[in-house]
Amino acid sequence: MLALTIVLGAVGDLLLSTGMKQIGRVELGPAAAMGGVFVRIITNAEIWLGIATLLLLFGCSLVLLSRIDYSYAQPATAVGYALVALLAYSVLGEVVTVSRWTGIGCICVGVALVGRTPPRTTV
Amino acid sequence: MHLRRRRPGGTDASTHDGVIVLRTALFLSIVVLAGTSGELFMAHAMKQAARTETVTHAAVVGLLKQGFRPAAMWIGLALQALAFFALLALLSWADLSFVVPATALNYVVGAAGSALFLREQVDRTRWAGVLLVCIGVAVMCASEL
Repeated sequence: MLALTIVLGAVGDLLLSTGMKQIGRVELGPAAAMGGVFVRIITNAEIWLGIATLLLLFGCSLVLLSRIDYSYAQPATAVGYALVALLAYSVLGEVVTVSRWTGIGCICVGVALVGRTPPRTTV
Repeated sequence: MHLRRRRPGGTDASTHDGVIVLRTALFLSIVVLAGTSGELFMAHAMKQAARTETVTHAAVVGLLKQGFRPAAMWIGLALQALAFFALLALLSWADLSFVVPATALNYVVGAAGSALFLREQVDRTRWAGVLLVCIGVAVMCASEL
């Protein structure tokens, strides 16, 4: 179930990013302008797909949090950063620099350390 | 810098970049603080619900019913909604591969919050892992900002 939440999170973020790039940069402004942005957001198919994916992630996370510690579950999902960077590079065509990949490597080592601790420490 | 690359032409570059960086920092802070505190509230509410060992439809429905009773769950949901809209705004101008790793700053808030408010034991190994995650995020962000 932990692996499922990682994949759902990465795909959901990818869909949200795709939708928001279609809408364009959000600028804080008059209520009418913000209302227009809001309408464009709620009528965007990619954003609804992203929301549906993240709602599924939400349900899985609730069950997960009832079983294991929050402080274990949250860091373990950091593997999703590598997946997000990979998807951003391959699907969105973003430039993922060497420093970003280096950082992702540090994150993966950190996640491996966190994964060595017991999943539940409270009664 | 990916944030600068998205700047439309016709305005003063340094001023515009400064505004973008400040705006990015502001929205990132909202995403991290509201998102993590929201998760802590929700985790607290779910801990009050009975633990389920089987993933059957009835067990999950029963768990959700109990989980949504405490006020902490609704406070957590409100904070998560705030974090979500801040994330949407952030994604409208910044790279996905920048935004998502940058939100890993919530590991600091999350580990501290779970130790302080949920009374979970966060040992040295976990803190070392969290620290490495933070270093990784810092390395990624250093070349962007």
